[in-house]
Amino acid sequence: MDWAYLFEIALTGLAGGGLYALAALAFVLVYKATRVVNIAIGEMLMMGGYLFFAFAVSFSLPVWLAVPAAVLGCGLLGAIIERTMIRPLLGEPPISAFMVTVGLASILVGVVEVIWTADQRRLPEFFPNQPVMVGDAFLAPKVAYGALAAMVLIAAVLLLFRFWRGGVALRATASDQGAAYMMGIAVPKVFSLAWVVSAMIAAVAGIVVGAIGGISSSMGVFGLSVLVVVIVGGLDSVLGALVGGLFIGLVEALAGAYLGGEYKLLATFVVLVAVLLVRPYGLFGTHEIERL
Amino acid sequence: MRIGTLKESYVADAALFDSRTQKAWLAIGAAMLACFPFVASDYWLYLACLVAINIASSTGLNILTGYTGLVSLGQAAFMGLGAYTVAILQIRFGTPFLLNIAAGGVVAMLGGIVVGLPSLRVKGLYLAIATIAASFIAHFLFANLALTGGTTGLSLPPASLFGTALDTSFRLYWLIVPVTILMLLGAANLFRTRVGRAFIAIRDRDISAEVLGIPLLRYKLLSFGLSSFYAGVAGGLWAYFFRVVTPESFPLLMSIFFLAAIIVGGMGTILGGILGAVFMTLVPEVLKLVFELLPGGHEMTVFLSPVRTVVFGLLIVGFLVFEPHGLAEVWRRIRRFFHLWPFRN
Repeated sequence: MDWAYLFEIALTGLAGGGLYALAALAFVLVYKATRVVNIAIGEMLMMGGYLFFAFAVSFSLPVWLAVPAAVLGCGLLGAIIERTMIRPLLGEPPISAFMVTVGLASILVGVVEVIWTADQRRLPEFFPNQPVMVGDAFLAPKVAYGALAAMVLIAAVLLLFRFWRGGVALRATASDQGAAYMMGIAVPKVFSLAWVVSAMIAAVAGIVVGAIGGISSSMGVFGLSVLVVVIVGGLDSVLGALVGGLFIGLVEALAGAYLGGEYKLLATFVVLVAVLLVRPYGLFGTHEIERL
Repeated sequence: MRIGTLKESYVADAALFDSRTQKAWLAIGAAMLACFPFVASDYWLYLACLVAINIASSTGLNILTGYTGLVSLGQAAFMGLGAYTVAILQIRFGTPFLLNIAAGGVVAMLGGIVVGLPSLRVKGLYLAIATIAASFIAHFLFANLALTGGTTGLSLPPASLFGTALDTSFRLYWLIVPVTILMLLGAANLFRTRVGRAFIAIRDRDISAEVLGIPLLRYKLLSFGLSSFYAGVAGGLWAYFFRVVTPESFPLLMSIFFLAAIIVGGMGTILGGILGAVFMTLVPEVLKLVFELLPGGHEMTVFLSPVRTVVFGLLIVGFLVFEPHGLAEVWRRIRRFFHLWPFRN
């Protein structure tokens, strides 16, 4: 057993897990507020990456301008999605909203392929590229700075939810919709807000993921791992998203290093099945009690 | 206006086909299906076989999702199980094809029951995601077991009936379409029986169903098993139709296709499974025809595949938002219009 190697792998896994946690946060946000399982989360990441690509390369904006532009563009997209696809399904069974997001994923992939073709693209370099050393372990600079960006954003979002009025309204709606209505919170607006913020977080995650591995129309596969993360952590738990993200990142890195690349996805899905059998509502999720 | 459909006995009320007009139309339809191979071109026969296979599989998914309310994204994996079983039996043992197809159905059924086991504890979307996991694990096994020929997959010889090889669409049509019709009749009859009614009760409210004395685990597993049996048989037909089975033949996208088919067609109706499968299989072909007519010719064809993807998504979203009961409801509306004519409904 080579402990230094194991430490390096684990560190890379945790750093990658930071990105999963960020994307899972975007997912949990929408689920908590609107009870919609957004299976198109990977595709929204992809849209963030491509919008950044469009602003930074096609319009040749500087990076510090292209990032906010892509994030705002993605937020707008989130608002449009909520108004045209999710709002009409209010009150329908959750399966309908779930299937709508399946359709949405397909639409986004198709649109990206029409505009940018299915080829893989590289995003412009914007992270510093001297290697990062943690103790004796080497960490690829993009991964390290990506994880750092993810952590900063997660902290910012959590603080925003704690102290900002909109964030409080969002948490209130999540805990009890009827009560939130009666306290004068415009619940439909909160739904829009949740989608917009979720799309913006997804955009940042997409830009970072794209900067590490390039962008392509099959980037949505990242979303499958995110789904596993949120199921393992519990669909409606922010803490679960964070812990689950790091955990799945670790599992993937270890499986990739010790078993081989093709075992990565298999390992995460085996973890998923195991968690579902033992704790069907996830590690930190609320156990809903059904009554007639 | 249709008159004189008065029912005088319970048997008449519960009959599958209730009016003489309906029986006449069905007879005409059957005659047309029987004549079709003699007048259609190879391309249309190919499409007809593909449509029939898809109808069989989406009817299976309809039993599970439309009637029992358990969402599954693993239908393609069960088709894969059926297809691999058929391919292995045909190559290794050369057993008769009907036996192989039945065996494919049974193996898929066992797989479905195993995947369905968590269904008592996890529900709704958790279950949908558990079935995604199952289909990934199945894909991994197909690609890595020695028995299944790894990533190159298996190629099988054509099925043969009394020494005639069923190797053209024309010959396979006579295998695929009757099997599909048989399975459709089976599904339609299922929902007149105790088991089928239990499925519907579980869909409407599973706790109430349990209180009424329906053992949930047994019936949910039964539904999973039946649905996978349909998928397995469809997969077996698929194997004889394409004669190459690889791990990539049954991607997650195919499971989404079947779910989309029953949404577009209408969940919880047999007609919906048929209409949805026909519609979703033919839309890409129609798009191809449209693209051939467009000016610009070959430069436009690079857009064909992405435009198909967009249209596929738009159909799912559009039907859910504007016509949640699907094509079957549209069909019912048209029928009602003619039944009530000249009065307005």
